[in-house]
This record gives sequence, C-alpha cells and structure tokens, in this order.
Amino acid sequence: MQTPDDTYWPRTRTLMFTMLGLWFFFSFFINFFVTALNKIVILGFPLGFYMAAQGSLIAFVVMLFWFAKAQDKIDRECGVAEDE
Amino acid sequence: MSAETSTASKGGDFVSNLGKVYAIYTGGFLAFVILLAILEQMGVPNRIIGYLFVFFTLAVYALIGVMSRTMQVSEYYVAGRRVPAIYNGMATGADWMSAASFIGMAGSLYLLGYDGLAFVLGWTGGYVLVAILVAPFLRKFGAYTVPDFMSARFGGNLARFLAIIVLLCCSFTYVVAQIYGTGIIASRFLGMSFEVAVYVGLAGILVCSMLGGMRAVTWTQVAQYIVLIVAYLTPVVILSAQKFGLPIPQLTYGMALQEIGNLEQSMRASGLAPANMKEHVAAFTSYSPLNFFALILCLMVGTASLPHVLMRYFTTPSVREARNSVAWSLLFIFLLYFTAPAYAAFSKLEVYQNVIGQPLANLPNWIFTYGKLELVKVCGANAVDVQSIIAACGKIAGQGGMLRLQDLAINTDTIVISTPEIAGLPYVIAGLVAAGGLAAALSTADGLLLAIANALSHDIYYKMIDPNAPTARRLTVARGLLLVVAVLAAFTASTKPADILAMVSWAFSLAAAGNFPALVLGVWWKRANSYGAVAGMIAGFGITLFYLVVSRYYPALGASSFGMTALLNPITGAPVVDIAKALADPATADVVLASKVGWFNINNISSAMFGMPVGFAVMIIVSLMTPAPSRQMQQMVEEIRRPRGGTMMQEKTA
Repeated sequence: MQTPDDTYWPRTRTLMFTMLGLWFFFSFFINFFVTALNKIVILGFPLGFYMAAQGSLIAFVVMLFWFAKAQDKIDRECGVAEDE
Repeated sequence: MSAETSTASKGGDFVSNLGKVYAIYTGGFLAFVILLAILEQMGVPNRIIGYLFVFFTLAVYALIGVMSRTMQVSEYYVAGRRVPAIYNGMATGADWMSAASFIGMAGSLYLLGYDGLAFVLGWTGGYVLVAILVAPFLRKFGAYTVPDFMSARFGGNLARFLAIIVLLCCSFTYVVAQIYGTGIIASRFLGMSFEVAVYVGLAGILVCSMLGGMRAVTWTQVAQYIVLIVAYLTPVVILSAQKFGLPIPQLTYGMALQEIGNLEQSMRASGLAPANMKEHVAAFTSYSPLNFFALILCLMVGTASLPHVLMRYFTTPSVREARNSVAWSLLFIFLLYFTAPAYAAFSKLEVYQNVIGQPLANLPNWIFTYGKLELVKVCGANAVDVQSIIAACGKIAGQGGMLRLQDLAINTDTIVISTPEIAGLPYVIAGLVAAGGLAAALSTADGLLLAIANALSHDIYYKMIDPNAPTARRLTVARGLLLVVAVLAAFTASTKPADILAMVSWAFSLAAAGNFPALVLGVWWKRANSYGAVAGMIAGFGITLFYLVVSRYYPALGASSFGMTALLNPITGAPVVDIAKALADPATADVVLASKVGWFNINNISSAMFGMPVGFAVMIIVSLMTPAPSRQMQQMVEEIRRPRGGTMMQEKTA
C-alpha cells in the first residue's frame, strides 16, 4: 500500500496541471472567441471585451487563493506541511 | 550577540504591530491630503502644493529606510524571512507596478482599444505561473538570489554566470526607465529641470535601499503601494460618480463603452472620423491574433522569470506563506489593472463628446494645458493656443474648421495625468497623482537595483571571487555596488536615451527565454542536468537577443541574410513596408525597416516566441544526451518539492 507520502508529488502535479489548464482557458481559449462574445452585451460591456479587461483577471485572483488552500490541504494530508 | 538579539526582538515587535503601523500611516497620509486641500483653498499656490506632496512622501520613505537599517546578512538580502504574506503582497505590487503601469497603461488602452488588453492580461496572468511552477520551490530552497538557485541546481558557476547575464540584461534597462520616469513626473508636475529631477529621484531610491537592503525596501514598498493605489483610484472614482452617479468606475465604464460605440458610428457617418477608424472594443485592429496571443504569453512567462519579482517571495516566513503571498500580490496588482480600462474609456468618451466635432475656437481648456507641455497635438502642431491650431489646420485641405478625429494626437501619458483636470478637480488631486506616479517609479527602481546589486555582491563577489569574505565586508561591497549601479543608471537616464522605453518591454522576452526553462525544469524534471541547462539558456537567450537586435537595429541584414520578411498589417494583411524598395537605398534601409521585419509575422516585442521553445527543446535534448544528474542532486530536487524541513541553504551569519 502507498503511504500518504508517496502520493504527495502525484497529487501536487495533478493540481499543477489543473491550474495550468484553467490558466490556459482564461488567458487564451476564452479570448479566441472575442468577436463572437462581443455580440453579448451586459451592463454596456461587450462580453469578449469584458473577459479580457476584468473577467479573466478575477478568475486568476480566485484561482490563486484556491490553489494556496488546495496545495496546503495536500501538504497536510501527506505529512509534508511545515510546522505552524 | 546581545545587540543582535535586541535588533531581532525589535524587528519582531515591528512585525507583530504591522497592522497598526500601516493603519496609522494610511490615516496620516489621508489627513495630509486633506490638509493640503485646505491649504489650496486658502490660496497656497499650486507649485507649493506639488513640492509639499513630493518632499513629504520622499521624507517618509527615507525615514522608513533609515529605521530599517541593518548589519545582518539575512536581513539585508531577504528581510530576515519574516514578511507576512499580505504585506509581501503589497510590496510585490509596488515592486511590480512601474511608472509605465501607473502613467502609461491607461494611455495604451486608449490608443489600442481591445488590443491593449494584452498587457492587462499578460501582466496579471503571469502570477498564476509564479505560484504553481516557481516561487514556492525557490522559497523552500532558500536562495538569496535567482542565480544562487541556478548554481546550486545546475552545479557550478557557469549556470550562475549565465543567470547573472540574463538578470543584468533584463534589469538594467528597466531601472533606467524607472529613473527616467521619476524625472518626467517631477519635471512635469514640479517644473524642475529633468536632469535635476533625475538626481532627486536617485536620492529617494538610495536612502531606501542602501542602508537596509531588502528589509528597508520591503517596508518602504508597502508604504509606496498605499500611496500609489490611493492616487490611482481617487480621480477616476470621483469622475465616475460625477458622470454616472456611482463611484465604482469598474462598473460604470460599461455605459461609457456603449456611448463610445454610438459616437464612433455617428462620427463616421458625419465625416468627423476616417472610414477605417479603429473601434474601441473591436479585437485585432492593432495586433494580428497571433501577435496578440504571443504577446500575452511572453509577458506572462516573463513575469514568472523576472528576478526582481521572484526574489520578493524569498522573504516570506514559510513556503505556505509564499503561496498565499502570490495570491495577495495578484489581488493588489489587479486593483490597478482592472481600473486602467476605465480611465481609458472615460477619457475617450470625454474626447469624443467634448472635443471632436467642436469648432477649433471652442476646444476645452485642458487641450491647451497639455498642448503647452507638448503632449497634445492638433493638425500636427502642439496645441499651444487657439491661433496656432487654427493656423495649422488651415493648411490641411478639407479640414473645415471643426476638429476631426484624425486631427488630434494625444500622448499616451496624458490620459492618467489629465483626468483630475477633465473632472474639474482641485489641484491637490493632480499633486496626489504625481506622488502616486513617483511612488510607482521609485518602488520598482528600488527592487530592480537591489536585484542587480545583490547579484553582483552575493553571486559574483562572495560566491565567485572571495568565498571567505567576512560579513561586514560583504555588506559594504553590496552597498558600494548598489551606489555604483544607481549612479550609472541615473546618468544613463539623464542622457534621455531614445529607445529606453521600448527596451523595457524586451526585458520580458529576455527573462522568459533565458530563465524560464531552467527554473521550471530544474524543479519539475529531475533528469534535467547542468549541460542541458547551460545549453538551453545560451540557445534560448541567444536567439531572443538576436531576433530583438537584428529586427530593431539591423533589419536590412535580417531581410537580406536571415530570411526576415515584412510584418503584415493586421486588418488588410498587406505588408507594412516594401522591403525590396527599402533595400534599394542602403543608406536609409535600416531606418525605414526598423521593427517592421521579422519571422512568421511576429513582432519583436514577442521574441520569446522563438527563444522559449528553443530553450526548452535544447535543454531537454542535451540533458537526455548527457549523463543523468547525481543521486544527491536528485535527492535535492525531491527535497525542494517538500515544504517541510526549513530552507536548504544554510547561511553562516557570523
């Protein structure tokens, strides 16, 4: 049976690739469709413009706070977290 | 020993009281702004208000610098690793946001519309890469500098030396630009001569960083962040409340965008704008889609590779705090970057509503205020007064006496600077903006100078020349080198080098190609060895530098010998320049072709598009062709990956 310690790096790597996927989605993928998204207008903002000006940025901030929490949870469960 | 303990405990008291200290500081700053507003109402001249702003804020930064002076190595290089995540986040925000972000970003968005958002996205999303790929691992490793890590992971001084070259190339032009920025701000707002202003800025930078190194820079940068964010948000919040009745510009500029769209239609219909005008929200009018996304990628990866940013995460108390700190950094940076498009939209609306289509004799006052500073041109002439623009426009056939869109040229720096005046706010707000711009420039210059001087003193002097140097001498050398680099940078800035601002944007590509593959693979791929890292750094950095220099300075050579072709117009797809015709006259070919040629239609600002993949490929291939790293090295990499167990590099503190 694997000790929690052995699963530490695979879990960390999975989290990293999840974050990298989200990063790619908000940095590039969503903005490929800017011209189509611009046809949707919310509060005066064309959606394509809004994503690059605010939407993706908000996603980045939320992602990073979530990542810090998720990685810390992995650290603790695998016994590699630092002492408080 | 007892002296050391007492400074340490004093530091501890300070750290536990941070919230109180900075709350008092923020309150004091706001009270100071209100006091100046009252003084202005009582008739104190604008010039005095401006001077009070600049000298008071400089004095506060200097005071923090003097109070944080230190003689301990770890305090000097990494602030004793005691900076809590949230304060390190603020310090990183100030470190990161330069004069260009504060003054220039909104102007670029005004000019480029949607395409300018590449900078907003690129300069924020990069922090995701910092957090997941690099920063926590470097913190765990416990280096003092980025070259320190390269040397330990890739065994030896060759990797260290290459990392120092990359660091110097991307930091020096950057710091020159910051000092240049302080000169511009001080000369515009205070009427000082540019050369004097440069050396005043230099003094402001030196008092912060010389005595206390990283510790002083950290606590000064927190103070500077508070000034710069208050200064950036205040004018646009008031403007939003005036125009739309809601003091949240980030929400209300949607309405401005809609009005801009309507005005674009009507201006085109009435002939006030050319038929091919760029719409503000339309994508890919200035950059082709490929160049737009390439620029985002290069800026993001560059962010995750710039030494002066990465070294901020060496100062947190733990790996956990380093991760939290990246999140806080991005939040504080985000506050400014998601406001910048609002500045751009409000300014554009003001111009479209109250400037375009007006009779030349009827233009608003601010046009002439900034025309006198040579920042606004009408019909090709500086808008000094009504007579001069009427004369200039009279020479243009079909101009018709009404201002058309194509007659007006606004310098991008004007957007943020002019907002207080457009909103009809008292001068004290303009002074506040000047203090904010100065804080942005000084804080970034502090961080950069420290990165350069630390690489020279720690990596070159201590690690490569004299490993037995006693602590006191190491710190003396560090301070001496800091002074030399700072004076050199100020001197370079005072000569007003024409290309300096363009070269700043190159720093991102150079850092991305030179550092990123080695940093990421060094942590995430145990098989990466020193041969691969050295070859990858040379190849990636070399190709990027080659592409930048050839396409900018030797484009004729690039076109004739290296297969570079003309860049294409993003809308029509036609070449922007006729290479054959330009090459026919060798005397002017380089000037005509500069930055207009390249491979695969990639602008040179995104040159890491070539260097980064090459750097990764070479590093992987060479690593696989040469022996795997030693057992101890592989164990070290495993150790870097686990947060538990303290830093790996232990510093003798004697």
